[in-house]
Amino acid sequence: MPYDPGPDVIQVIRAPRRSPAASAYRAFGATLKGLRTTFGRMIEGPTTIQYPEEKTPVYPRFRGRHKLHRFEDTGLEKCVGCSLCAAACPADCIRVVAAENTPENRISAGERYAAVYEINLSRCIFCGYCEIACPFDAITMGHDYEMSDYNRSDLIFTKEMLLAEPLDRAPLRRPGE
Amino acid sequence: MTPVFAEVGYYEPWWAQILKALLIFFVVFNIVPIALLGERKILGRFQHRYGPNRVGLFGMLQPMADIGKLIFKEQFRPRTATGWLFAIAPAISMLTAVATVAIIPFSNTVDIFGTEVGLYGVDPSVGILYAFAFGAIAFYGLMLGGWSSGSKYSFLGSMRAAAQLISYEVAQGLSIVGVIMMTGSLSLVEIVEAQDGHLWFFIPQFVGFVIFMVASFAETNRPPFDLAEADAELVGGYNTEYGGGRFAAFFAAEYLNIVVVSGIAATLFLGGWNIPWVDPPTWVDPIVVIVKMLALVYFFIWVRATLPRLRYDQLMSLGWKVFLPLATLNALVTAILVVET
Repeated sequence: MPYDPGPDVIQVIRAPRRSPAASAYRAFGATLKGLRTTFGRMIEGPTTIQYPEEKTPVYPRFRGRHKLHRFEDTGLEKCVGCSLCAAACPADCIRVVAAENTPENRISAGERYAAVYEINLSRCIFCGYCEIACPFDAITMGHDYEMSDYNRSDLIFTKEMLLAEPLDRAPLRRPGE
Repeated sequence: MTPVFAEVGYYEPWWAQILKALLIFFVVFNIVPIALLGERKILGRFQHRYGPNRVGLFGMLQPMADIGKLIFKEQFRPRTATGWLFAIAPAISMLTAVATVAIIPFSNTVDIFGTEVGLYGVDPSVGILYAFAFGAIAFYGLMLGGWSSGSKYSFLGSMRAAAQLISYEVAQGLSIVGVIMMTGSLSLVEIVEAQDGHLWFFIPQFVGFVIFMVASFAETNRPPFDLAEADAELVGGYNTEYGGGRFAAFFAAEYLNIVVVSGIAATLFLGGWNIPWVDPPTWVDPIVVIVKMLALVYFFIWVRATLPRLRYDQLMSLGWKVFLPLATLNALVTAILVVET
């Protein structure tokens, strides 16, 4: 007597029925179903984002190109040339050379300022450790991600370039987007 | 004056025939870029894309750019190719495709400046057989192209094309026998007139219509029956070794074939220039035919976006074991019903 699994066992259909009528119905029906599916996709319309004209918004915490900041009231640079960012950088792409502020030539709010501040963006891995390391929030990661260039040397961003207002090319993702 | 092909339904001056030939060329070579662009754009929509939209307004000049690119490419041929066969194969493909357009009727005879002119190339008494004859010759284009390339992939592609076209042509031929019996004529104009005021033949001849459409996919080498060029396994099949203008000819012939088959299907099964319950003026007729043709071309693209390619043995067994008996049965049943009534 064969083993009776009882009523709890779920019936599994292993293959479609083999009768000619059933397979003809299956072939025809499945084709129509497929046609309906693709037509539904067509009605939904394209989801392509036409990149150079339209851009995907980035999230607020997106880590793009770095920005250096100034104090809004005095216009002095926030960076005091402490090189903590350079020390924190795992890719070793930040170079800081500090110099003393003098009363005639006051550049930053602290004692010293960064005479040279360069980020080699061809080495940067956009980890954001520099902005965590910075005690004065002088460097932050922006939202700019369009940084391709023709020349490697053009990817070394100097202090002036980092201080300048970046071209706000990538839109910011709004809540709910 | 003796008619050129078989019997023509009425006398037509020679200049009218030349003008019509030129007009047919004009229409045909305007429809091909439309089909080309339509295919790419509609296929894009089916895949959530836009398709080409950069060249010209909405990408409308894309086919021009494609054709321009192909024509200005260098003509080359593999060392193993058989010279003149390699060169005439695309021409055969193109020629047969254009020649078939001649029998698609866009309207009955109309009075243009006092001259009776039929809005079709020819209306031979052999009618639809003309299309099948050219369909059979069209396969020489594929076959010779693949074989004379002297490449294994091309050879395999052309062998597949040969087997496929032969097996599906039989089913296609039998599928329209029902229509011919119901009309009692082979002439396409008379077939359209028989559908005027009656049910269009795709309802009483539904089986025939389905078989005709499926066989048309096989005849035009369209997915899911594009085994002759099966890019995934045969590189490009029969056109692997072609480039430049010759490839453009094959490519255009493929699209032309789709348009032609759509036109014939619209004529045979979808009532040609008839619209139900409306009797429009004669100048609407060609527009109606073209709209029906384009709707069928859309269907071809829709199917391409949907169905995967068949395996070769599935293709053969479908053709010989399913469609051939079905088409024969359809013809038989129609014959009995026609005789009974």
